[in-house]
Amino acid sequence: MADGNDAPKGAIARFLAAPADSVGKTVFVAVALCLVASMVVSAAAVALRPLQQVNALRDRQINILQVAGIYDPTADVAESFAAFEPHVLELATGEFTEEFDPATFDQRSAADDPALSVDLVDDPAGIGRQSRYVTVYILRDDAGEIERVILPIHGYGLWSTLYGYIALESDGNTIYGLQFYEHAETPGLGAEVDNPRWRAEWRGTLLADENGELQISVSKTVPPAGPEYHIDALAGATLTTAGVNNLVNFWMGESGYGPFLDRLKAGDV
Amino acid sequence: MAHKRREMLIDPLVDNNPITLQVLGICSALAVTSSLQVAFVMALAVTLVTAFSSMFISMIRSQIPGSIRIIVQMVIIASLVIVVDQLLKAFAFEISKTLSVFVGLIITNCIVMGRAEAFAMKNPPFESFIDGIGNGLGYGLILMLVGVVRELFGSGSLFGFTILETVNNGGWYVPNGLLLLPPSAFFIIGLLIWAFRSWKPEQVEEREYKIQTVETH
Repeated sequence: MADGNDAPKGAIARFLAAPADSVGKTVFVAVALCLVASMVVSAAAVALRPLQQVNALRDRQINILQVAGIYDPTADVAESFAAFEPHVLELATGEFTEEFDPATFDQRSAADDPALSVDLVDDPAGIGRQSRYVTVYILRDDAGEIERVILPIHGYGLWSTLYGYIALESDGNTIYGLQFYEHAETPGLGAEVDNPRWRAEWRGTLLADENGELQISVSKTVPPAGPEYHIDALAGATLTTAGVNNLVNFWMGESGYGPFLDRLKAGDV
Repeated sequence: MAHKRREMLIDPLVDNNPITLQVLGICSALAVTSSLQVAFVMALAVTLVTAFSSMFISMIRSQIPGSIRIIVQMVIIASLVIVVDQLLKAFAFEISKTLSVFVGLIITNCIVMGRAEAFAMKNPPFESFIDGIGNGLGYGLILMLVGVVRELFGSGSLFGFTILETVNNGGWYVPNGLLLLPPSAFFIIGLLIWAFRSWKPEQVEEREYKIQTVETH
């Protein structure tokens, strides 16, 4: 190896001493940097995923507690969450099923499984495939009567699918609350779906009229059915508002929780 | 050398502050200062990203081809930002939800790019690291000052602890809603720049124009 010259020794040293602006070096630096950077990023993502999943689960439980109006920031989340009675619901029949364990059933992966989902033809919420089963949460009062039901809903807004929960009173027609736990709408405009003042508007709003027709409307103007079915639109977020309107109407309708709500109204649950 | 390093750390706090003198990184300073906790985490994230990106860029500075140097800097900065974002999601989930979009925007924060291009490309790794920490702290200092004003008078609390009991919670203090909106940070940063430049008149920039006096006949 040693040839006694001043010239750099070895392939690596010669390469490092080459002028940085040569074409070969430029390509090499670009490729090497991208490789190293992608490895660092993937390593961080993979190594931290378990922790992030725990956080995401806890966050979803907090959301369910909040939408049900029983969230206590000082109490242990898992403990408060035990107040709910989780069930896996078959949407088409509105009946609970024992086929799946509500603790492990994942609606999102079920939506990708052809055996557990349907390809929607009429798809106002923009969700593509819909899982035939969903996990719902029931909150009972001390006497064992149903107080509220918490139903997962999702649908497409402007940039992203909004995932959230809607809480209904035991009559199956009065909204107690609505909250999204995951979305990527524009901060300050569409992301105002998280604004507590806007969310407060949902409390007490009715879904359907006496004839069972869905009347709820998230829009700029009060619908003909009356203000008790109206949620004001978000200023500057026309498409997010339309998305929320569509998804609520879809999930509360026949292809969503319609059969379950009928049973709830009839007192069969 | 040790003396110079200390200067490099302290200089960006007041004398060469990235926000008040260089007027960089204003966008994120408006967005994240409505609560101190968020401002603190953001300052920490920017400090770490600036320091480590400057260090890594400085380590390979003699090998970076001039024609792709900005892209190389961006790749390093962007990778670090993603790592910071992942760490926040794992260890500070609530804050990461509030910060989410702004963490991503650290990539475009002029302070990080500015220090990489102006300092790290020409100086050794350790000095670049110190320079990054110094500038991150300078950014953080302003963020905290703005955050104190905005959170104290906007929501009557500091770091989430109630200092002035607001009327909504049955107290006496009527919070100033304007301070919770991003434009208020403009006013506060403007006042800070005024205060800094009155204290240190050498920071006042020379006018780029001269007012001419026209003789009237």
